[in-house]
Amino acid sequence: MGAVTEQNRTASARPPWMLVVPALAGLAFLVLPLAGLLVRAPWSTLPERLAEPYVLEALRLSLVTATVATAMSLLLGVPLAWLLARVEFPGRRLVRALVTVPLVLPPVVGGVALLLVLGRRGLVGQWLESAFGITLPFTTAGVIVAEAFVAMPFLVISVEGALRAADRRYEEAAATLGASRWTVFRRVTLPMVMPGVVAGAVLCWARALGEFGATITFAGNFPGTTRTMPLAVYLALETEPEAAIVLSLVLLTVSMIILAGLRDRWVSAP
Amino acid sequence: MSRRFPRWTVALPVALALGLSGCGSAVPAGSAATPAGAAKGAKEVTVFAAASLTGAFTALGKHFEAAHPGTSVKFNFGSSATLAQQIAQGAPADVFAAASPATMKTVTDASPATSPKTFVRNKLQIAVPSDNPAKVDELKDLADPKVKVALCAEQVPCGAAAVKALDAAGLEVKPVTLEQDVKATLTKVELGEVDAALVYRTDVIAAAGKVQGIAFPEADKAINDYPIAALPKAPAGELAEQFVGLVLSPQGKDVLTKAGFEAP
Repeated sequence: MGAVTEQNRTASARPPWMLVVPALAGLAFLVLPLAGLLVRAPWSTLPERLAEPYVLEALRLSLVTATVATAMSLLLGVPLAWLLARVEFPGRRLVRALVTVPLVLPPVVGGVALLLVLGRRGLVGQWLESAFGITLPFTTAGVIVAEAFVAMPFLVISVEGALRAADRRYEEAAATLGASRWTVFRRVTLPMVMPGVVAGAVLCWARALGEFGATITFAGNFPGTTRTMPLAVYLALETEPEAAIVLSLVLLTVSMIILAGLRDRWVSAP
Repeated sequence: MSRRFPRWTVALPVALALGLSGCGSAVPAGSAATPAGAAKGAKEVTVFAAASLTGAFTALGKHFEAAHPGTSVKFNFGSSATLAQQIAQGAPADVFAAASPATMKTVTDASPATSPKTFVRNKLQIAVPSDNPAKVDELKDLADPKVKVALCAEQVPCGAAAVKALDAAGLEVKPVTLEQDVKATLTKVELGEVDAALVYRTDVIAAAGKVQGIAFPEADKAINDYPIAALPKAPAGELAEQFVGLVLSPQGKDVLTKAGFEAP
């Protein structure tokens, strides 16, 4: 009986070709470049190329900076998303538009803008240096700043969407029972939108990992401190396209493993 | 709003996807067919040139267009190493002007019929912000750990020259960044983010007013020869040779010398 129902459901659920054809075209479009990398990879020399110390160094730097940038985005971005979704204030639409600026800004332009503000002669950077002796350009902290600048909007948009879709009656009920707004946020709102926060953090992390333009412009390019994987790929492309392919594959494999792992753990959990 | 979407909303993306893949396969065929098109009189010359040639070549391009009415010169300026890779991968270039023989070799290795000629030479200088905050006045000041230095990456010609010059001087310099091309290196000086950088004399001249140039004797040990070649499969055919001719002519030499290049 159960089996029959199952079969019926499958039969009636045959997907319409009008969706399947463009879906497959879309998939091919996204996957073919990856196939290109795999086909052109120098498989015979792969082990020795992977053993080069600079590969591990750049990979480690990429993973560390992307993770710290994501943590920073969570710390600042979740409250920002809450503000945009839950608090009425004049100019909210403008602020919402401003949050997406780093999304539309070419990353290199973002890097220049960061230099003009946080650089040694920038508006804030000047003061940071004279008051605290902190300079961000050409440091690992600078890489994190550049990555967070470009990646945080992904988190904010995702969390704000989740907050707007969440049922506000639970928050109201908690408030009626005497919970403060902070307690409501911590005990009701946040658990409710957790899938949105996780999805946003994953997007943010992935974007930070691939960040190139703002990083090379703002933080420079020096092995060990600011040369992340995408920068190493770009430089390798100058002289050794094969090394660039190897680096790309490493970055791709590691990020796929991490994202797939997170997906099983968080995103598709019922 | 109606639940039913008109058919074309689906057909459009499909047609686009198919159309795009069609274009993809058509491009190589098209470029292979261009020599025939050149015979009919192609009126466009595509010149791939090192970033340091930007000012001088843009001026020469205008001369060329004036001397050959109806033609237009298109430039692709960038790091010589990147350009060389693009040409080796089949980018439709007519002329390649590189900032070092090594990058030109990438192209001659891929198509041995290319015959490059050296047309100018370029020397390094120390570039400092116009107020020279770190009081740099000779090469050995760059070795001071308090001085922030930007160099080009060793993979690109200006970086290779910088290493050669520093080696000749027996100096150990720890830069804060290794930039992708000479213009990016210079930008870091213009913005005051670094105290000094090693760039070409021509770049210092092009950025006059924003940076100060300091000549140093070891620069003579790291002179870059710039080779130029019309590419054997140049889509523009004759015009490519004629552009190279202009660069090698006394008029070309004049423009290049004004930009700070030296005769070979």
